[in-house]
Amino acid sequence: MYDAPILGDAVNQKTTKISARDVQVYYGDTHAIKDVNVDIDAKTVTAFIGPSGCGKSTFLRCINRMNDTIDVCRVVGDIKIDNEDIYDKRVDPVQLRAKVGMVFQKPNPFPKSIYDNIAYGPRIHGLANSKADLDVIVEKSLRRGAIWDEVKDRLDAPGTGLSGGQQQRLCIARAVATEPEVLLMDEPCSALDPIATAQVEELIDELRNQFSVVIVTHSMQQAARVSQKTAFFHLGNLVEYGDTSQIFTNPQDERTQNYITGRIG
Amino acid sequence: MTDVSPTSSLLTVDDRTRRRNAAEKRFRVYGVIAIVLAMLALAGLMTSILSNGLSAFKQTFVTLEIYLDPAKLDKDGSRDLDKIRKVSTFGYAPLIKNSLQTQMDSPGMAVEGLKAKDAAKMVSKEAAAEMRRFVLNNPDMIGETVSFKFLTSGRIDGYYKGRVTMESAERDSNISPEQLMFADKLKDAGLLKTSFNWGFLTRADASENRPEAAGLGVAILGSLYMMGVVLFLTLPIGVAASIYLEEFAPRNWFTDIVEVNISNLAAVPSIVFGILGLAIFINFAGLPQSAPIVGGLVLTLMTLPTIIISTRASLKAVPPSIRDAALGVGASKMQAVFHHVLPLAAPGILTGTIIGLAQALGETAPLLLIGMVAFVREFPGAPPEGLFDPAAALPVQVYNWTQRADPAFAERASGAIIVLLVFLLFMNAIAIILRRRFERRW
Repeated sequence: MYDAPILGDAVNQKTTKISARDVQVYYGDTHAIKDVNVDIDAKTVTAFIGPSGCGKSTFLRCINRMNDTIDVCRVVGDIKIDNEDIYDKRVDPVQLRAKVGMVFQKPNPFPKSIYDNIAYGPRIHGLANSKADLDVIVEKSLRRGAIWDEVKDRLDAPGTGLSGGQQQRLCIARAVATEPEVLLMDEPCSALDPIATAQVEELIDELRNQFSVVIVTHSMQQAARVSQKTAFFHLGNLVEYGDTSQIFTNPQDERTQNYITGRIG
Repeated sequence: MTDVSPTSSLLTVDDRTRRRNAAEKRFRVYGVIAIVLAMLALAGLMTSILSNGLSAFKQTFVTLEIYLDPAKLDKDGSRDLDKIRKVSTFGYAPLIKNSLQTQMDSPGMAVEGLKAKDAAKMVSKEAAAEMRRFVLNNPDMIGETVSFKFLTSGRIDGYYKGRVTMESAERDSNISPEQLMFADKLKDAGLLKTSFNWGFLTRADASENRPEAAGLGVAILGSLYMMGVVLFLTLPIGVAASIYLEEFAPRNWFTDIVEVNISNLAAVPSIVFGILGLAIFINFAGLPQSAPIVGGLVLTLMTLPTIIISTRASLKAVPPSIRDAALGVGASKMQAVFHHVLPLAAPGILTGTIIGLAQALGETAPLLLIGMVAFVREFPGAPPEGLFDPAAALPVQVYNWTQRADPAFAERASGAIIVLLVFLLFMNAIAIILRRRFERRW
């Protein structure tokens, strides 16, 4: 009814949340990401698409410096969040990751209770002063993860005992529990069945109200469904970046067109 | 060219398939043969040890009424402890002789050609010391007749375990057929009995001449002390080293060298660690010989590589997704390791540690070099000071006893092996229980 025009306005008014300039990533001698320049808007779902091994996950992992944990990985160039260089020497990746949450490809709840899964982040960041505070955070996060109704009666049950789709929503709830500003999702639905996928996609759409979401996906349909902006990666290059509707209906680059029509990738 | 014709049927097996199936069948047979051989070897080992060693847990005792003669023990009748103490075990020996004389004088008990002096040799040399201890603790009992349960000599004990026969006694200077006959009479009278011997587990080692009194007490205590030292040192050091190497250390030539060296150390013969311990802990640091602390330190050096390797393996087995999850919510590396990785690796670490300990418990060679082979009669004190007192160790005790001439010691060596095996089984059982209980799925 109203979302099309208002959404359009909203997108136009977006401010840049993450900006990357001339980002290069090397794995040892392999040049995995080449000259990526991108501005990611706040409160928008941005999808990274592209064939396997094109570097979209690598670039995503640069945004919260998860690549730091890989010894041979080297990142060159600037990535700024709110105009602060996250690769500055003074930046502690731990603090960065509290601000930039991440959801992984395979649901990876901690082998602890559902409650502890959510409460872990707030605990280590000192977000709750009392058990009551923590209870509030846990409930709020589980509600945001759209899983509260399913687990509210068994918060003490192990998180690993949930179904795949529930586990992934639990992981999303865990990621939002630390009140991040950016949420990175690395193929969050690739291990899920279609129904669970639909639930997670619906959830991603809701999360857009509070977070800047960056999602890597293999499924072009998914990108078309959930994102407002789409970036197409190919062989480590950012080939094309623009509004999702434009990328899918009127791609400017031949490679994008070939990928979308299924001729490459 | 293939000979597959359109008429080939699924119901006939072609040559290739037949050969493949035959190969599979052969392989299975090899496997079964290997397992059967292993089981037979195990069964043979267990039968040999059990048949030789179980008798060590039983011992023949003789119950004697002893008149604690004041004329021998307290000549002036003052009951002065200092004076009683002056009476050595030699002063007590005649009391046993007298008691046996009384027995032989009673109707039907006399054995032709057996003198009371010889009969007294049937009782363990330990008996006089036992009586003396009793009298010193209860000086008021002098003048009374007290019933004592003495160990019999190793030969009498052997007679009831089938080691000594009338024929062998003919040729044995330590025992005569007459003594055996008298022993049979005592047995018929209900005075001589074979019963469970707690002393085997609680007594200290005894000299060459009295195998019947030898026990594992000091060795068990020594081994426990050493295990305590090993556990106390290897667990924290080993786990800390593994965590550092596995989770924090940068990958470079230096850590590669460290890694290779740890693997090599695990393969170093244990006696080399003994030489190292002798050189460093005893000669250089001046720690006492035969002490559990030195044994524990040497075994720690020997066990550390094993524990580091198994701990690293269990850390490696924790899926990386757990680390990613923890780092993803903003945990520091250390928090990720201690809150998530370590608890998941704990069952593996504990199992590895216990197996390392079990290995250390059975280790003999390095202990020989640091003097644990010494003959130790005194129990070590309570820890921590007791760690510096001389003690024996279970495997070394086995080694020790197999060196001795008296066949009674062979039985005891097998008995000690049983005790050692029971300890090992017990530790492995704990490892399995811990693994079962704490193992979590993810």
